[in-house]
Amino acid sequence: MNTIRRVAILGGNRIPFARSNTVYAHASNQDMLTATLQGLVDRFQLHGERLGDVVAGAVMKHARDFNLVRESVLSTTLARETPAFDIQQACGTGLEAAIIVANKIALGHIECGIAGGVDTTSDAPIGVNEKMRRILLDAARAKTTGQRLAALSRLRPGMLVQPALPRNGEPRTGYSMGEHSELMASEWGIGREEQDALALKSHLNLARAYQDGFFTDLMTPFQGLARDNNLRADLSLDKLRSLKPAFDKRVAPGKGTLTAGNSTPLTDGASSVLLASEEWARARQLPVLAYLSFSEVAAVDFFDKKEGLLMAPAYAVPRMLARAKLTLQDFDYYEIHEAFAAQVLCTLKAWQDPVYCKERLGLDQPLGAIDPDKLNLHGSSLAAGHPFAATGGRLLATLAKMLAQEGGGRGLISICAAGGQGVVAILER
Amino acid sequence: MSDSYLQFANSAVGAWLANALGLPKPLPLERYAAGQPVVQGSVLIGGGAEPQLLTTLAGLFKRIAAQTVAHAQLPQWLPIANQAGLLTGRWGVDGQPGEKLKALVFDATGMTDSSQSDALYQFFHDSARSLLPCGRVLILGRAPELCQSPRQATIQRALEGLSRSLAKELKRAITVQLVYVAEGAQEQLESTLRFLLSPRSAYVSGQVVRIGLPAGRSAPPPDWSQPLAGRKVLVTGASRGIGAAIAEVMARDGAQVDCLDVPQAQAGLDEIAARLGGRAIALDISAAEAPQALVDAALAQGGWDVLVHNAGITRDKTIANMQAHWWQMVVSVNLSAQERINDALVESGALQDGGRIVCVSSISGIAGNLGQTNYALSKAGVIGMVQSSAPILAARGITINAVAPGFIETQMTAAIPFAMREAGRRMNAMSQGGLPQDVAETIAWLASPASGGINGNVIRVCGQSLIGA
Repeated sequence: MNTIRRVAILGGNRIPFARSNTVYAHASNQDMLTATLQGLVDRFQLHGERLGDVVAGAVMKHARDFNLVRESVLSTTLARETPAFDIQQACGTGLEAAIIVANKIALGHIECGIAGGVDTTSDAPIGVNEKMRRILLDAARAKTTGQRLAALSRLRPGMLVQPALPRNGEPRTGYSMGEHSELMASEWGIGREEQDALALKSHLNLARAYQDGFFTDLMTPFQGLARDNNLRADLSLDKLRSLKPAFDKRVAPGKGTLTAGNSTPLTDGASSVLLASEEWARARQLPVLAYLSFSEVAAVDFFDKKEGLLMAPAYAVPRMLARAKLTLQDFDYYEIHEAFAAQVLCTLKAWQDPVYCKERLGLDQPLGAIDPDKLNLHGSSLAAGHPFAATGGRLLATLAKMLAQEGGGRGLISICAAGGQGVVAILER
Repeated sequence: MSDSYLQFANSAVGAWLANALGLPKPLPLERYAAGQPVVQGSVLIGGGAEPQLLTTLAGLFKRIAAQTVAHAQLPQWLPIANQAGLLTGRWGVDGQPGEKLKALVFDATGMTDSSQSDALYQFFHDSARSLLPCGRVLILGRAPELCQSPRQATIQRALEGLSRSLAKELKRAITVQLVYVAEGAQEQLESTLRFLLSPRSAYVSGQVVRIGLPAGRSAPPPDWSQPLAGRKVLVTGASRGIGAAIAEVMARDGAQVDCLDVPQAQAGLDEIAARLGGRAIALDISAAEAPQALVDAALAQGGWDVLVHNAGITRDKTIANMQAHWWQMVVSVNLSAQERINDALVESGALQDGGRIVCVSSISGIAGNLGQTNYALSKAGVIGMVQSSAPILAARGITINAVAPGFIETQMTAAIPFAMREAGRRMNAMSQGGLPQDVAETIAWLASPASGGINGNVIRVCGQSLIGA
């Protein structure tokens, strides 16, 4: 029986994130993931190495990409014998992939692995019209020419102009992610002003991180892009104030607070993280940035119990803190994915609400507030953009490097995901 | 002076017709305007054997804020560039080309044997199709005459054939240069890299530049957008054409420019001097008293830092038909006057220590030209003067270099008969004539205080003309 080992984060690599339908409009998930993995392999000189596993995923995926991660690995200079598989947990994909790799390392099943994620909303899968698809399948199943013609005779021209498009919405409620966040903002009384302030801080922090060269060893350029093209270094509160509400029509007519400025845009990009046992790292003289020590996943009932769709991290964190025997204030850095400024602010407010903490989270005391000067110090998704499955890898590498630069400390990662889910983790050094 | 075929060949109908008939397809050249970045687009880095300039290059690319990517054969670029604070990565994955490129830079300084040349093939084979129009190619090597062994000298000399062929092959207004950097002279590379990678070198192609240890002090300017700030410059023949463009470009780059021309050109001279805020000096440089007059003019305001010998005349006839005084006039103005003025200004200190002399030679001086025995003699003489004076002037921290323009669109070339003019214009890798600005930018580069490592060079501004190649 193996003992449980510490899991080291050795580094990360991502490509700059690009707003949907801009620079990476013609790049496929496989193109982006391959470039990202190759950049990591180049940085750590892993050419020809057989790694334990490569785990990654994409939220938006073509049917032909059933083996996306393995195919991407085969296009890199890693040993062809490196196994890989795809996972998918919406925006939690990247972090969940890291947890899977970490658990295998902790248990001694593997010595090292790469976790990652990629997403494109530009190169989106478009399916043929659902009726048309059935007819085509019937025609394919037909045994005689007569049957085939009979099936095909059911085709109508209208089917061509009504393809099946992917939707950024919750199947069970029919509301989009933004509409759900708008509902949460009004439930928690989160105003426009504080959302805009959080968005501004995200942009300024990310711009400063680039200026300081923080990402120099965490990123490789792709298709001529060398920084996230959603970043607006010259953003101001006035500019944010001038934007119109974007998700209010159905859920908060006339009272909307979410805008294009304080919500993440659809984004293309990919990220990856190298994890390993301490022995493996030592043998290659690779310094450890940080250790992935705890993780937790939670889900909420957002249709019958009407919990906010993106409130699952509020549940996951206290459960994880209880296992780690820590309080919410025992952290030096907080990396809370900014799906929407409102999502971050609702979560922070919920943790300070005695009633919510007692009745929903089952806590005797509220978790309390966090120091805002420890939150998303190098910017987050509002500035960088949010290619769904790639955000986890970005947060992990960013936080691990911050801890390494500081020489020690503890950081919390929190990511909300579609379907009322949340994935959280603790990094330590 | 306008090249109407250039416009036609870039119109919809013209492009189709040029294609169908196999006519030359000149592209409008990108030219520098104040405030532009050095390179707009990604730069691909490659190297053969053990490249020795990567650390220097990483520092340079950081300073010019260029986006670099490394060829698959140069993985060592990544940590070196990261160390310099550059965000970089591999160009393309899985054997596929990456993004389109604005420049290719190949460090061949470590190559010591012809058997290593495969690295050159691989690099240019992979990247040639990915280079954007008006792209730049730079090959860095070691001057063969300074090499340790015959084998090293051989492969280094071989680079010249590659670079000149690439310059002809890549077309689409792409320029290719070979830069020989002497050991220990890597600090002198910056002004040259900034010039050759930028639109400033639009019409310079197929050239070999030699960079050595600096003559005297060679300091980077505090502000690279004003590389000649505080420098006092004399430009001869400045009232029109190439001379006026030289004065303008140097003033744009921060210099205080005094303009000289013959008294007959007083009107144009006064106009440009007033516009640029410098003095107008009306003087026949071939006159006996000219050197002393210039020494006096220089010392009156503390001496010059840069002397540009642009003034020149043509008196074309075959030698059998040429009168003696045409011969004498051309040699006197184009060559002897320059020699006398250089001697006087250097001796008196009117050209300050650390100064720069840039002479205008000509393609005729390299290739010879029918009807130009006198002119070609004078312009070849200029090359001789530059090469022979360079080591002597270096002792005073002064450099002397020459530019040799090819077909430049001026009033002078507009007067050439149509058929000959078209031949001159098209018979080069750019399929077009250059502009006076192109000559001026080249001179400004050689005149830069940061160009102390360039001495005794002759740089052609000819779009890699077939003549004299």
